[in-house]
Amino acid sequence: MRDTLHRFFRAARGAGVRISPAESIDAMRAVAEVGPSDRGILRDALLLTLAKSGDDKAALGACFDTFFTHPDFEQSPAANDDVEDADGGASESIETAEGAASGQAAAELGALAQMLLAQDRAAIAAALSNASNAAGLTDIRVFTQRGLFASRVLEQLGIAQLRDDIDALNARNSADAERLTAALGSLRETVSEMVAQALLLYGSEEKEALRNEILRNAPMARLEQRQIEQMRALIRNIARRLRERFSKPRKRQRRGHLDVRRTIRRNAAWGGVPFMTAWKRRHRDKPKIVAICDVSGSVAQVSDFFLLLIHSLHEVVSDVRSFAFSGNLIEVSEVLEKNKPEEAMKQIMSSVGYGSSDYGRSFVDFEKGFMSAITPQTTVIVLGDARSNNLDPRADILRRIGERSKRLVWLNPEGRMAWGFGDSEMPRYATFCNVVRQCATAQQLERAVADIVATYQ
Amino acid sequence: MAESTSSSASIEAVERSLASAGYIASRQIATAVYLAEKIEKPILVEGPAGVGKTELAKAIAASRGLEMIRMQCYEGLDEAKALYEWKYAKQLLYTQILKDKLGEVLGDADTLAKALDQLHDFGDVFFSKEFVEPRPLLRALEQPMGCVLLIDEIDKSDAEFESLLLEILSDFQVTIPELGTVVAIVPPTVILTSNGERDLGDALKRRCLHLHIGFPEPKLEERIVETRVPGIPAVLRKQLVGFVNQVRTLDLKKLPSVSETIDWAKVLVLLGASELGHEMVKDTLNVLLKYEGDIEATLPQVSGFVAKSGRQGVFG
Repeated sequence: MRDTLHRFFRAARGAGVRISPAESIDAMRAVAEVGPSDRGILRDALLLTLAKSGDDKAALGACFDTFFTHPDFEQSPAANDDVEDADGGASESIETAEGAASGQAAAELGALAQMLLAQDRAAIAAALSNASNAAGLTDIRVFTQRGLFASRVLEQLGIAQLRDDIDALNARNSADAERLTAALGSLRETVSEMVAQALLLYGSEEKEALRNEILRNAPMARLEQRQIEQMRALIRNIARRLRERFSKPRKRQRRGHLDVRRTIRRNAAWGGVPFMTAWKRRHRDKPKIVAICDVSGSVAQVSDFFLLLIHSLHEVVSDVRSFAFSGNLIEVSEVLEKNKPEEAMKQIMSSVGYGSSDYGRSFVDFEKGFMSAITPQTTVIVLGDARSNNLDPRADILRRIGERSKRLVWLNPEGRMAWGFGDSEMPRYATFCNVVRQCATAQQLERAVADIVATYQ
Repeated sequence: MAESTSSSASIEAVERSLASAGYIASRQIATAVYLAEKIEKPILVEGPAGVGKTELAKAIAASRGLEMIRMQCYEGLDEAKALYEWKYAKQLLYTQILKDKLGEVLGDADTLAKALDQLHDFGDVFFSKEFVEPRPLLRALEQPMGCVLLIDEIDKSDAEFESLLLEILSDFQVTIPELGTVVAIVPPTVILTSNGERDLGDALKRRCLHLHIGFPEPKLEERIVETRVPGIPAVLRKQLVGFVNQVRTLDLKKLPSVSETIDWAKVLVLLGASELGHEMVKDTLNVLLKYEGDIEATLPQVSGFVAKSGRQGVFG
């Protein structure tokens, strides 16, 4: 039972439920208390001790159900019928002496062949689970290993012996040989099912980690459709991490200088004798961000993820205003706040998206309409490739934006090598920015946003 | 096999004893209560408002005949209000009274060092059990018979307060700097409730059994209404629960939970209803739903829901 539970814990960790050693001890104690006979109670007990949130409970419940249903070894009904027919035919036509002979022959067969012939379900199930333990099935990680592990399990079961037996029987007792061949087929199926299940249970953790790692470093502008959903999930994870890191300001009192005014006021009750000192506290603002995003064809996808990230940082960032442009510029904060990210992006795209970008005109729009959004506490983030199709870049407006704001950050999805070539105005814009960085992958995006938020801490 | 059948029997026994205290528990809840007692762990109960999280603690206390000590959490709760406090006024009063004695005590000390020594012995008196005002947590540890400690709405308190609870939850003891460690005489049964307003820390969650109580199954809810509102006709009960369950499928700001079902049942019984009527539902919907917007969203659906639950009442 203990081994089973340990394997279950590993499977549960694979399913993304964090289980600490202390929790696994609790689970062991709980299981010892309720016993394994009633599956419903066992499930409840494990959910109570191991899963600590709604999501965990759902994941662990699903894991429990997969884990405790073993693929049963079943011969296909058709094969069964054949076998019975063959048996019936054999026993009718041939006398009991023959039966005794086949019994004698059966004794010479390997253990596996005997089990299969006798259709001893319990013994086969036991043999299967022993073989999978011996083959180290719990170490399976990626789907390409399925064949390898299946053949290992079959080897452990003694398939070589079984093949020899079938060859030997072919000459003497073809009916039994046929039965064994059919049984071997369904045995293979059962084993491959078992391996697939093990992969499902133990492989998911590594798979997830590997996939996320690849995704983090993939260029966001060129994702396949199916990866976009995964990327959104990844961005949400990044947002959660940033929130955890920055949402709780660490206390920094008693630093700096004595606050004379507050000290006197606080000690008025003691006739001005300063019992209690008050210290000047460093005032800390939450970041105010103005995001100006290019949503023309080449950059749209990156802008999408960037806006999703910025707008899921509510606890960290007090005030975000977002603007989107390609040919002209509009404010999109409200659309993003009110709708789900997918719908919001659709709306934004239908109103300004996919045009050819005109940075000059969009900056003029911004200066005319929204310059007052920028205060000395604001960080302005411009996201775009600075390719203005050889139109007037109006870098003078960017200079004024830079002067009004605390910081001006430019995130460019293109690599540094491409800056300044063709119609890229990046070098001209870069002179007015505090920070210019490449932002093509999720990892770069996370670092860029973390740095921006960290300047306020 | 014998031990496991006895375990499922004892879980049923827990279910029965909770029922005798007027609390109809699902199998899962009963298992949680049973395990909490056996492996001495607190239970952290999460779920929407009004599904009986607080009631569970009361029922456990009632069924075991123990006292229930309740600590309501709120923002700014600290150890002076949760754990213990010195009785400052009493300390001051005693110093005033003893002031005159002080001269006598120090009279025979000829050196300053001796006087100080004597004063030290004296000082310890003021920081003894005499002058400690126990707050709920300390009181729970000091109950000679054990008790049920309900820490209600832990998600409303600050994150710092959680850390304060850790020692109590894992070892059933608290450390008071002046007095030392106070260990529970009998480990109390601890129930923490949370509405999920904020995520609790992992350290806290790790120390607890985590029980999620959702909306009950219709059958269970009927039994709950039956125990809580004894005079209710069976037909009405069935229709009412059917109706509430349909309302829960709507997209509302606040879904009606068990406590609202019970309130509504009481109101309908008071009004002398024997069946769920269309007009009556419209008039009393404000008992079930707490937001104007929710009521407006539900009103157009009422006739359909009443008809459907009426059919259930006849055929179900």
